[in-house]
Amino acid sequence: MSVPHVLLALLAEGPKYGLQLREEFEAGTGEVWPLNVGQVYKTLGRLERDGLAESEGTGQDGPQKWFRITPRGEEALAAWLRTPPDLTSPPRDELVMKVLVAARVPGTDAHEVIQAHRLYLLELMQQWTRLKEGEARDDLGLALVVDAELFRLDAVIRWLDAADARLRRAVAEPSRPAPVPAPVPQLRRLAARR
Amino acid sequence: MSVLQLRGVSKAYGHEPTRVHALGGVDLSVRAGEMVAVMGPSGSGKSTLLTIAGSLEEPTSGDVLVCGMALAGMPRDRKARLRRRVIGYVFQDFNLLPGLTAVENAALPLELDGVAVPKARAAGLAALEALGVADQAGRFPDQLSGGERQRVAIARAVVGDRRLLLADEPSGALDSVNADEVMRLLHEACQRGVAAVVVTHDAQLAAWADRVVVLRDGRVTGQTARPPGPESLLIPGKIR
Repeated sequence: MSVPHVLLALLAEGPKYGLQLREEFEAGTGEVWPLNVGQVYKTLGRLERDGLAESEGTGQDGPQKWFRITPRGEEALAAWLRTPPDLTSPPRDELVMKVLVAARVPGTDAHEVIQAHRLYLLELMQQWTRLKEGEARDDLGLALVVDAELFRLDAVIRWLDAADARLRRAVAEPSRPAPVPAPVPQLRRLAARR
Repeated sequence: MSVLQLRGVSKAYGHEPTRVHALGGVDLSVRAGEMVAVMGPSGSGKSTLLTIAGSLEEPTSGDVLVCGMALAGMPRDRKARLRRRVIGYVFQDFNLLPGLTAVENAALPLELDGVAVPKARAAGLAALEALGVADQAGRFPDQLSGGERQRVAIARAVVGDRRLLLADEPSGALDSVNADEVMRLLHEACQRGVAAVVVTHDAQLAAWADRVVVLRDGRVTGQTARPPGPESLLIPGKIR
């Protein structure tokens, strides 16, 4: 997540103090991602150095110093909003690795491994759904974050379901590609692309 | 107390060698006020489980108890009465009768059960009220939006003093915001003391339940434990 750009977005609403930025950052993102004061001032320092924000008030970082966005900062913010994040290379996902490995380790039931992860993810989704039922009803920022998390976890469960079915089919129809998934060199290649 | 109990329930169709085992030794217990979601791929036995729980189909072996009463050996008319009075059904395609208004649809199970029309309609209106669609009482299904139709269908399922709610993919073809609303309403019905079993392939809908049971090849292969409260997902001390 890009903390500098979220801070720029908050400054685009008007000049603000550092502590105020931290509070608004946490409230605006559903209070799911913590941000410490040191990180706020360090980021503001970098924004100032790059000419994207400027400050007024006493020279020291503190409650008396407030910040505002510069025209260059506004341009940078607009460009960032419209630039897609890099999703081209698959992330080195630990869960994907576990399932790939489970299918190779002798004596390991990959379906049981998949089921354990499925149940954990469902429990996590239940927790997020409780938030949707309660706090997120009156908090748009939190509702959006909760939706994003639920869609993400849902996608992981769908992948587990697909993996489960694919492993079953590979066992039932041995003429198809062998159930042994990606050999080690391929795994290395995937990791090396990161 | 368990409103629904399945003990070692199995169901097979056809004869050997082509006999199909839809359910194999399923144990499931659902308490009053609890919502259980049953998840599984197509062909896992989800819908069979629901029709057996709703006494629409008989198991090949095992016991089904609704409110402590065993369905096995129960005379047909008593079973039909149980279906009308105790069990409510929510279907994927709502199944509202097009020639009846919203309140007439909601009151239908009571009228079929012999309750006097004014009394049944009053209960139907109360159910519509609880689901926020009392103002649509006089409208016909084709005059309602998809979301409103499903609310009327839920009202019909909970009207009177139903104890057990059975829902098969209750959000049907609704978009995700309306589907969420349907699950919220079903969960609220449970909080008022109804027990519910919701069959779905959608993890986002299943996550509304208090417990998720995973079915595969007719067997329960796992279920969620009670997850911790949502506070742990937020910044400490920030829960409102």
